[in-house]
Amino acid sequence: MSKPVVYPLSQPANGAGGPTGTWRTERPVLSPEKCTGCLLCWIYCPEGVISKKDRSINYDFCKGCGICAVECPKKAITMVKEGGQ
Amino acid sequence: MKKILDTGNAACALAVKAAKVDMVAAYPITPQTSVAEKLAAYIGSGELQAKYLPVESEHSVMSAVAAAAAVGARVFTATSSQGLLYMHEILHYAAGGRLSIVMANVNRAVCAPWCLYVDHQDGVSQRDTGWIQLYAASNQEIYDSIFLAYKVAEAINIPVMVNYDGFLLSHSMMPFEIVDQEIIDEFLPVFQPDWRLHPDWGGTFGNVTPSDEYAPFRNRLADDMIKAGELIKNYAREYKELTGHWHGDLFDVYRPEGGEYFLLSMGSMAAEMELAVDILRKEGIPATGLRLRVFRPFPGAELSRLLPPDAKLLVFDRNHAFGTGGGVLLSEAKSVLFDRKDQVKITGQVMGLGGEDLPGDYLAQKAREMMEVLK
Repeated sequence: MSKPVVYPLSQPANGAGGPTGTWRTERPVLSPEKCTGCLLCWIYCPEGVISKKDRSINYDFCKGCGICAVECPKKAITMVKEGGQ
Repeated sequence: MKKILDTGNAACALAVKAAKVDMVAAYPITPQTSVAEKLAAYIGSGELQAKYLPVESEHSVMSAVAAAAAVGARVFTATSSQGLLYMHEILHYAAGGRLSIVMANVNRAVCAPWCLYVDHQDGVSQRDTGWIQLYAASNQEIYDSIFLAYKVAEAINIPVMVNYDGFLLSHSMMPFEIVDQEIIDEFLPVFQPDWRLHPDWGGTFGNVTPSDEYAPFRNRLADDMIKAGELIKNYAREYKELTGHWHGDLFDVYRPEGGEYFLLSMGSMAAEMELAVDILRKEGIPATGLRLRVFRPFPGAELSRLLPPDAKLLVFDRNHAFGTGGGVLLSEAKSVLFDRKDQVKITGQVMGLGGEDLPGDYLAQKAREMMEVLK
């Protein structure tokens, strides 16, 4: 018998849930002069928003969890309040 | 085909072996334990080429078989009573995920107080999880129902629970006929899911959905559940043509000729009910036995079709629907017959809880009491 699609399946898609970066209260800011390119931030980022190439951060989807700032051994990433000074 | 003498749990395990499942996960609980043990032995000896996953709880059992079903395996598990209750959360997940799981539930009373013997409270308490539920009344029917369960589950992507009474069937020796493997293979070919979780596919399963996407999934499950009734009827007939084994389709009707009083029940008590029907018929009472084989989807139209105008329906429940004054079958029967324009009368009693013995003469006496109520 032919079956209609009944399974709750989904494919990953860029931003299917909207720009989740709007959830952020703090944003990670990279100081390139302190960065050694060890890529620990890239490995630890749960959202995959840090570029492997140049460590630029995609703020459309960064939720501001701060894991990258904690993991950075050179303290090259600082968390800055959104909407503040 | 050959006839053997063995227990209900042995019949169940033999059928699962013949169904050539790929994976079994189980956690032991009385009176299910010997099913899990026999399957472990079959896999250990190589008689059954499958993975056996011993896990630490029933919640993990259902999670494991759900995951295995999602990667495309034909899976099996068995449980009872508290074990089934512990699975409850994942039962919803398995049905909503449209996973073709087959599980045996060896019916046993639920706590408290603690009790090891049969009633149907465990099974009927899972009424609204979206699982198809079959109830067997003999070791032969347990054996045959396993194949029917896989056939239905894999055709319509809804998990199936095969219920049978603890100890009365699970531990009682009865002769039953084993079907030749070639016939089983013909009825139940290798499982070919039309989708499976795989790294190459790269998608996800059961992801978060907004309301407008969630509702259609759940409504489709509800619609397909209704369609499953017709599938069960067709496949039971197909199986009969191949094997000669027949237990009825949605109902097993005993002595339908000229019936006026209809004695509705399920499980082994419904087989015993045939003795009660014989006793009543001898007294000149036109009694008919209705053994419900399929509790979910509830065969309401079929029940209505079986009842002639002004029939009297006596419902024997081995469970409580707390807060309704009766059992679950009574509530279900009343609800599906509400639209009847004639004067169908319905009453019911709860009995046989925690393995209380229900011999034929006792059931006949209960039927007489119910007839008095309807006078």
